Amino acid sequence: MNIRTRGTIPVLAVTLALLGLLTGCSQQKSGGPSGVLTLNSAGSTLAYPIYSKWFSEYHNIHPNVEINYASIGSGGGIQQLRSGTVDFGASDMPLNDKLLGTFSFKIVQFATVLGAVVPIYNVPGIKTDLHFTPQALAGIYLGNIKKWNDPAITRANPGISFPDKDIVPVHRSDGSGTTFVWTDFLSKVSPEWKAKIGSDTSVSWPVGLGGKGSEGVTGVVEQTPYAFGYVELIYAIQNHLAYGLVQNPAGKFIKASLDNVTLAAQSAAKDLAKDIRVSITNAPGPDAYPISTFTYLLIPARINDSSKRATIKDFLHWMLTDGQNDAEKLSYSPLPQQVVDIELKQIQEIH
Amino acid sequence: MATTTDILPSRSGNGAGGRLSSWKRRLLTGDDIAYLITLAFAVGVVLLGVLLVLQLWWQSSLAREKFGWQFLISSVWNPVTEQFGALPFIYGTLVTSAVALVVAVPLGLGAAIFLAELAPRALSEVMTFVIELLAAIPSVIIGLLGIFVLVPVLRIYIGPALQSVFGFLPIFAGPIYGVGLMAAGLVLAIMIVPFIITVSREILLAVPADQREAALALGATKWESTWKVVVPYARSGIIGSVFLALARALGETMAVTMVIGNAPLVSTSLFAPGNTIASVIANEFAEAMGMLNLQALIELGLVLFAVTIVINALARLLVLATTRRGSTHP
Repeated sequence: MNIRTRGTIPVLAVTLALLGLLTGCSQQKSGGPSGVLTLNSAGSTLAYPIYSKWFSEYHNIHPNVEINYASIGSGGGIQQLRSGTVDFGASDMPLNDKLLGTFSFKIVQFATVLGAVVPIYNVPGIKTDLHFTPQALAGIYLGNIKKWNDPAITRANPGISFPDKDIVPVHRSDGSGTTFVWTDFLSKVSPEWKAKIGSDTSVSWPVGLGGKGSEGVTGVVEQTPYAFGYVELIYAIQNHLAYGLVQNPAGKFIKASLDNVTLAAQSAAKDLAKDIRVSITNAPGPDAYPISTFTYLLIPARINDSSKRATIKDFLHWMLTDGQNDAEKLSYSPLPQQVVDIELKQIQEIH
Repeated sequence: MATTTDILPSRSGNGAGGRLSSWKRRLLTGDDIAYLITLAFAVGVVLLGVLLVLQLWWQSSLAREKFGWQFLISSVWNPVTEQFGALPFIYGTLVTSAVALVVAVPLGLGAAIFLAELAPRALSEVMTFVIELLAAIPSVIIGLLGIFVLVPVLRIYIGPALQSVFGFLPIFAGPIYGVGLMAAGLVLAIMIVPFIITVSREILLAVPADQREAALALGATKWESTWKVVVPYARSGIIGSVFLALARALGETMAVTMVIGNAPLVSTSLFAPGNTIASVIANEFAEAMGMLNLQALIELGLVLFAVTIVINALARLLVLATTRRGSTHP
């Protein structure tokens, strides 16, 4: 009896899924006759809040343009762009030359907003914001710094007494742009990290536990005394998490904020003019937060459909000008003017 | 099939026309329509499975060529250097499922025996209803409960207690983080126990009453008739329910990912973090950048498929072996 009744649920689910497919198809086709131009895009989950805001706002200004966005992850966005199922993609990690080589067409990459990654920790008894040198961060994740009272940590935090307890490093278990930025920073500040681990959306971690998503990392850190982890700044701000300060190349300990993340991009503007994909971690500005990053839109350089081409170019222009005003409301850092200027010129590469 | 082909020529004298009209007539009676439609459904589902495997096979061609059988025994998983091996994930999948079974089978079988044989009817109905509700809880909710309730309890109470008594065993050695293979196994046990209970209860209830009456008439106590007659009679069905539950445990993703610690390690301690095939696929698939990384993940899907088939085959063998030995079974 029980088995019977349970059997109806999968049948229902399949029916619903089929219905969903059918309606999904009919929606896509509805673009033509009514004069509505539908663009499809997919990618980064980190940037999903701002993209969905932009796309809906742009739709309000231009009711005949509808931009769909599937936040399936940067990797998925790149896959779909490569196979031509979306009009453009979105990625937290810029495409390097090797990845670009897997595409049959040229791609123009646009930085859209900035984000940052911050250290979080759970040390019972310590309530103040801790200071971390880059060497301490690399040491913790390499497994070289095992205890909270290691001199590499205590020296940066005079006046605080640390317990003689093992650090439990926590990392993202899912592939993530956050991990890419974090490991990119560690690769720049630690030759040992660069040689042994490297940087990617997921890496082979020598020590520690993994948590799925920002909420997973935060959950494990909160549940495990003496744990240490990293999350996006936007996640820390929205969930009111306390986070640590990180020392930048100028020697200053910086507490990440929307402003000093934009400063990181500003101080790297000269390199960005040559290649927009330049990593801005460990940027030289005296007040720049060192673990900062762009998130990117990936646009095919050649778009045959002239109305799509014009719409995408117009959207990019709007995003770089009016659109930037939305960034701070959603806890992203806006692009500095220098980067906006570089990218406004870059729009012409789309033809 | 055999009957249709036998009957067809005998009824329709000679010539294609006669055969056709006879076929039409029989089609109208409905039996053949039902036959064809259900056949199509059955073939469709089988085809779906075959296509799934073929697709996994094709999509993982690069990874299969590059790593060969090494894939199954290598324990390196490094997306940066593009070295991939499945061993830690196979190990984690088997260990967490084993822990889940060790906990869930006695618990589930005991509860099923109580509900089917010993409990008053009304109480049994109410408790079964509640247990079935447990099966409907989404796995992400169970995972969250795992992080916020089970993991601290494991770290503070259960883990240290086990270690102080059985610490000499390698499976209870090492630091206790709370998250790890043990936590994943326990979460899986919570998820599969309702399956074992509800299915086993139905099977126990289906045991003919004369079996019990015969045992009681021979002077057996209530418990003796239950344990020595009813349970052995239902043995193959109960084993079936356990393997149905095991299949769920092998493929579970969300709840496991949240509490297993997600480190690709092969460690003897149940307190150590680990990873399973399903959870690493869920973790890395969305953001896998390199072609080889993606293909290695798809190949893992193929491995999970193979593991499930092997375990199901073993289950069939076990059922066959026990039914042959079970003298009470018809």
